[in-house]
Amino acid sequence: MDVFLDFLIAKFNYWIYVILMMIGLFAMIAKNNLIKKLVGMCIFQTAIILFYVSIGVKEDARIPILTGHEVPHGGHYHTEDHERPYIDAKTVTNPIPHVLMLTAIVVGVSTLGVALAIAQKVHLHYDSLEEDEILAKVQLGNND
Amino acid sequence: MKPMKLAALLTVIVTGGLLLFATSDLPDWGDPLSPANASDLSTYYIQDSRDVTEVPNLVTAVLADYRGYDTMFETVVIFVAGLGILSILGQGKCEEPLAQPVASEQNRERDMITIITCRLVVPIIQIFALYVIAHGHYSPGGGFQGGVMLGSSFILIALTSGLPDALKRMSQERAIFLAGLGVLIYAGTGLVCMALGRNFLDYEILHKLMGGTGVKARYDSMLIVEIGVAFTVMAIMFIIYAVLSSKGRMRGGL
Repeated sequence: MDVFLDFLIAKFNYWIYVILMMIGLFAMIAKNNLIKKLVGMCIFQTAIILFYVSIGVKEDARIPILTGHEVPHGGHYHTEDHERPYIDAKTVTNPIPHVLMLTAIVVGVSTLGVALAIAQKVHLHYDSLEEDEILAKVQLGNND
Repeated sequence: MKPMKLAALLTVIVTGGLLLFATSDLPDWGDPLSPANASDLSTYYIQDSRDVTEVPNLVTAVLADYRGYDTMFETVVIFVAGLGILSILGQGKCEEPLAQPVASEQNRERDMITIITCRLVVPIIQIFALYVIAHGHYSPGGGFQGGVMLGSSFILIALTSGLPDALKRMSQERAIFLAGLGVLIYAGTGLVCMALGRNFLDYEILHKLMGGTGVKARYDSMLIVEIGVAFTVMAIMFIIYAVLSSKGRMRGGL
């Protein structure tokens, strides 16, 4: 039991992302309404963003902005005008996942905008956002 | 239950089960020795990037300098998304404001309190957005965040005083011009680097134009490209709102 609990606590974050992702995936496949599908897509996207950011976390580490009070690693090196201590990389959060997700969030918003525009066009054209009604109308149009 | 929902549920359960099974191979929470955290690249960024760029915010340094290509094409993606929305829903050239307002506007009573509050708040939002853009080297911030804030200030005007009022300040043509200008600033910085004989977006050579050292040139060019990103993001965020809220007619609105 203790082994299982340790396992659960150490991996608890991944469980949440997987569950969030599956909620999004289910909404994208099963929902009939186009807007609900888009909401599912957003939940899916958020789960992946959380997953990436959590990868960069280090226990007891600072944010990736250097303030001059970082924990030195031991040893100094010289720059052009002064000498600086090596920073212990374990004490600063990994910046790479943050960079990747920063752009992903804004791009996610703009792609969502395109998706909403298409949904609105569909609504203007077929007067409905329900998938089955749109399909019926498309087939009706093809038979004419 | 419909067969489609049952099939979706089965897919989700199987996929979720496999993913949960796979989590046992992933590193523990907060492990500083995990492959991603202990990689040479991440350690290099933390230990060395400040000396070659003088930017304490590692995220900005990596975003605008080391991963400049990535950020430039993300900006292009946003620009193209804005153009895509306009071509899907927009109706070509923005029409002149009607002499006779649309019926939905005529019957609308604008609330005085929200309009006055908005007038007070918008300049503060915009100044803070400029601060976020300019202070991205030292604190959480930069072109994307500041651009979204600038865009939201125009959206606030559109929400309180109506879309025509906001379009008077930021017309469709002006927004497209600003979005294109942002991409041009970013790509132009890269092209100037090429003209001076280095690789695309290799800012170090720009010290020939800007004076100072190569490190200072990298520091300054990061601010230039962040401003370009902010222009594009601001304009496209406003276009998304304006087009979606008015069904592409660019008048009336919410």
